[in-house]
Amino acid sequence: MSETKQPVNPTPSEFMDDPVLQNRSRTREFFKKFFQRKTAVVAGCFILFLVIIAIIGPSIAPYDPAAYDYSAIRSGPTAQHLMGTDEFGRDVFSRLLAGARLSLGSALAAVIVGAALGTILGILAGYYGGILEALVMRSSDVLFAMPDILLCIAIVAIIGPGLINVIIAVTVFTIPSFARIMRSATLSVKGSLYVEVARSLGCPDSRILIKHIFPGTVQSMIVNFTMRIGSAILAASSLSFLGFGADVSAPEWGAMLSSGRNYIGVADHLILFPGLIIFLTVLAFNLFGDGLRDTLDPKVK
Amino acid sequence: MGRYFVKRVLSTIPLLLVISILIFAFIHLIPGDPVRKMLPKEATQEEYEQLKEELGFNDPLPIQYINYMKDLFRGDFGESYKSGLPISEIFPARLQATLALTLWGIVWSVILGTLIGIVSAVKRGKVLDYVGMVIATSGISVPSFWLGLMLIQIFSVQLGWLPTGQLDSWKGYILPSITMGCSIMGTLARYSRSSMLETMQEDYVRTARAKGQRESLVVLRHAFRNSLVQVVTVVGLQIGGLLAGSVLVETVFSIPGLGRLMVDSINFRDYKVIQALLMFFALEYIVINLIVDLLYGVLNPKIRYD
Amino acid sequence: MTEQVLLDVRDLRTEFKTGRKQSVTAVNGVSFQVRSGEIVGLVGESGCGKSVTSLSIMQLFRNTNGKVTGGEVFLKGKNLLTCSEKEMRAIRGKEISMIFQEPMSSLNPSMRIDAQLIEAIRLHTDLDKKAARAHALDMLGRVGIANPEMVLRSFPHQLSGGMSQRVMIAMAMCCDPTVLIADEPTTALDVTIQAQILQLMRKIRAENDTGILLITHDLGVVAEMCSRVIVMYAGRIVEEAPVEELFACPKHPYTQGLIASVPKLGSGVTSLPSIPGSVPDLSMMPEGCKFAPRCSKACDRCHKEEPALFDLGGDRKSRCWLHESEQVKSTKKEAAV
Repeated sequence: MSETKQPVNPTPSEFMDDPVLQNRSRTREFFKKFFQRKTAVVAGCFILFLVIIAIIGPSIAPYDPAAYDYSAIRSGPTAQHLMGTDEFGRDVFSRLLAGARLSLGSALAAVIVGAALGTILGILAGYYGGILEALVMRSSDVLFAMPDILLCIAIVAIIGPGLINVIIAVTVFTIPSFARIMRSATLSVKGSLYVEVARSLGCPDSRILIKHIFPGTVQSMIVNFTMRIGSAILAASSLSFLGFGADVSAPEWGAMLSSGRNYIGVADHLILFPGLIIFLTVLAFNLFGDGLRDTLDPKVK
Repeated sequence: MGRYFVKRVLSTIPLLLVISILIFAFIHLIPGDPVRKMLPKEATQEEYEQLKEELGFNDPLPIQYINYMKDLFRGDFGESYKSGLPISEIFPARLQATLALTLWGIVWSVILGTLIGIVSAVKRGKVLDYVGMVIATSGISVPSFWLGLMLIQIFSVQLGWLPTGQLDSWKGYILPSITMGCSIMGTLARYSRSSMLETMQEDYVRTARAKGQRESLVVLRHAFRNSLVQVVTVVGLQIGGLLAGSVLVETVFSIPGLGRLMVDSINFRDYKVIQALLMFFALEYIVINLIVDLLYGVLNPKIRYD
Repeated sequence: MTEQVLLDVRDLRTEFKTGRKQSVTAVNGVSFQVRSGEIVGLVGESGCGKSVTSLSIMQLFRNTNGKVTGGEVFLKGKNLLTCSEKEMRAIRGKEISMIFQEPMSSLNPSMRIDAQLIEAIRLHTDLDKKAARAHALDMLGRVGIANPEMVLRSFPHQLSGGMSQRVMIAMAMCCDPTVLIADEPTTALDVTIQAQILQLMRKIRAENDTGILLITHDLGVVAEMCSRVIVMYAGRIVEEAPVEELFACPKHPYTQGLIASVPKLGSGVTSLPSIPGSVPDLSMMPEGCKFAPRCSKACDRCHKEEPALFDLGGDRKSRCWLHESEQVKSTKKEAAV
């Protein structure tokens, strides 16, 4: 039974706020506005390109990323090796391609899990209030009080190094930001007319949450999601750089830098390229997120 | 003001307690047996039990916690498993290095970040605004460890202008503090821009212009002074980030500071040191937040008098 | 009229950029005068361009998309629109002062009152800090503040709305300006305070012979304060008249609607007539007379052709086709675009 078909008091204009009804025209409007932001569009294309590489990377790599070649150790960029080779003669370009999956994948996994948990906690806290809200908000305050990377390091210090543990650490620091944002988004949607109407029509909580509250909060979630991927990549690669994350032999970007730093002044390309790709990736996510935020919520420019 | 001060200081005590309990509990939940690690491989079960008793690991956790806190108040942080030295002896020299780096990092980044923010806000939509925001966003996005390595490569290895890893002269501080401050500079520039854009729309800014005040003073005396509250908050939040940043920067520049100590201790599973460091970072973080809150009072007369 | 013309606004046009190549015209062809010792009321619904007119005179469009794109603003014969920013700064606060609708938010919250007053005084005089403070104290006394010394030491949030507006008036008057622009000065205040502030403004006008441009949407305030009234609608002046005549015999249908919608004491009318519809969006202006879609007297011509502001003689003007025949001389060349 759909509440919009009920012949009840709310006029059509009062339903205009309902995101479910407005979705289609909004999407078109959104794309129109978004494509005016050229920086964000370029960043978006770069991200798309990265994602494609993460999927098909290894198969288009000119060399096996793990193949040793002792005849070409630490050679600079040449026609055969676009970005040179590392201390074992492995092709840096191929390793970067292969690493996209690892670096992007771990950040994405952490943020997805963190976002899901944080969103659920935040929406529930905002909708039901009471002890649940107090509990969720106080614990995210404590987690939030710690700076991102320090928190990750603390978690890794406690549960030990390793790529999986890094993902767990990044997940943990992602949760509170989503919980907070989603709670306040929920609170503002909760007070709006279309939710009141749905509730007065006897909609069950679960339906209100999924059909009405969640779509209303989705914008803030998408923006935060994009921004968080950038910081997750930074955090994960930082931990790998410190030697707490991916195995040193893995083509993870941070780990590549970590082994490359031993050859500073000797083989500069081992530092330049992996770092540059991390920088560009994080930059792309941040610029893309900025564009999204400005388009979706012009108030907080 | 006096009451506000006392209230604010007292309110940190429960927070400190909770955090100390959390850190203590987590450290003791870690898998792996530190006692076994401290003993040579050929140690007997008897020696093991004896050491365990000596270290107080047989007591229930709450008792251990209380004993630990008692020791803390006496300035006794315990001993490093790795070096056997009391932690209170290892700390001061390393703390000094970290603090000096952090301080210089903050100083330049706060000045530059706020400046970029103000200029971008005033020149909104113009080329300068765009350039400012590109610098700011790059500052946030650049991995500090990579930036540090690149700076070493360019200024130390290739040009030979600046040393790395020696803090004996002011020159040694330049590269690490640049590396350290980059992300604060970026964050601050973005925040101060948006906060300036907001205050520039305020009625009192219009009043100041209607008085015939010069635009530069309108911006600084009227708009900027009122966005300072938000700027201070961001600085406060970011300083905590700097402490974490010190871990990376000290690793890159091989500086024997607290951050480097953290990395070594984690690699060695030197739990006493990790615990002390976490406690210390938490304490430092809370103290900084306290200072920020008190600064609020100075900057925002409303809070001071309420 | 023998009084000197202080402010002479001619054919003022102000536009706001809304997109890369789009803009809306918020003030279009506005002309009026303010003479010495006179209070001129500028009335109209919100969004009709009253406040934009005042900002245009002061050229306070920094950090907005607004820009004066045409016309002239003469202050005692000097065209302000051709002044440099530096010359304008010397005029703002010295020759023309402004007070605003929200006195509380118009004062800088992080500065004490004395600092804000001293700043205003020292910008346009050579007084040292001490002398400026003494002058500030004196000004606060003159705007009827009982304990000026205490107010000087206060922060804005410690003052009430009425008190803040008095401070704003003291600040506006401290350099003895030729013209005072008051933009809805009493709208945000309680009724009793409103009366006090209006009384104060009358006193200032009497003492200093200041010309006051009073912007308001409150016809009651206009009736009480002004000698002449300018009615604006959708960025244009639609009627101008001496105050008694305007209330006795409003010409333009819009003015008639405005006056009819004010409740009269003891009239016993239970339902007030109101003007149907709302002010048109600046970006979607109707053709012809801008008021025609809401006007009960509109004819075909009104929807096609926009009337000029017909001069009806005796300081009366109306922008309505109904009064075309009453005009004293041809004003066709004034016809709006």
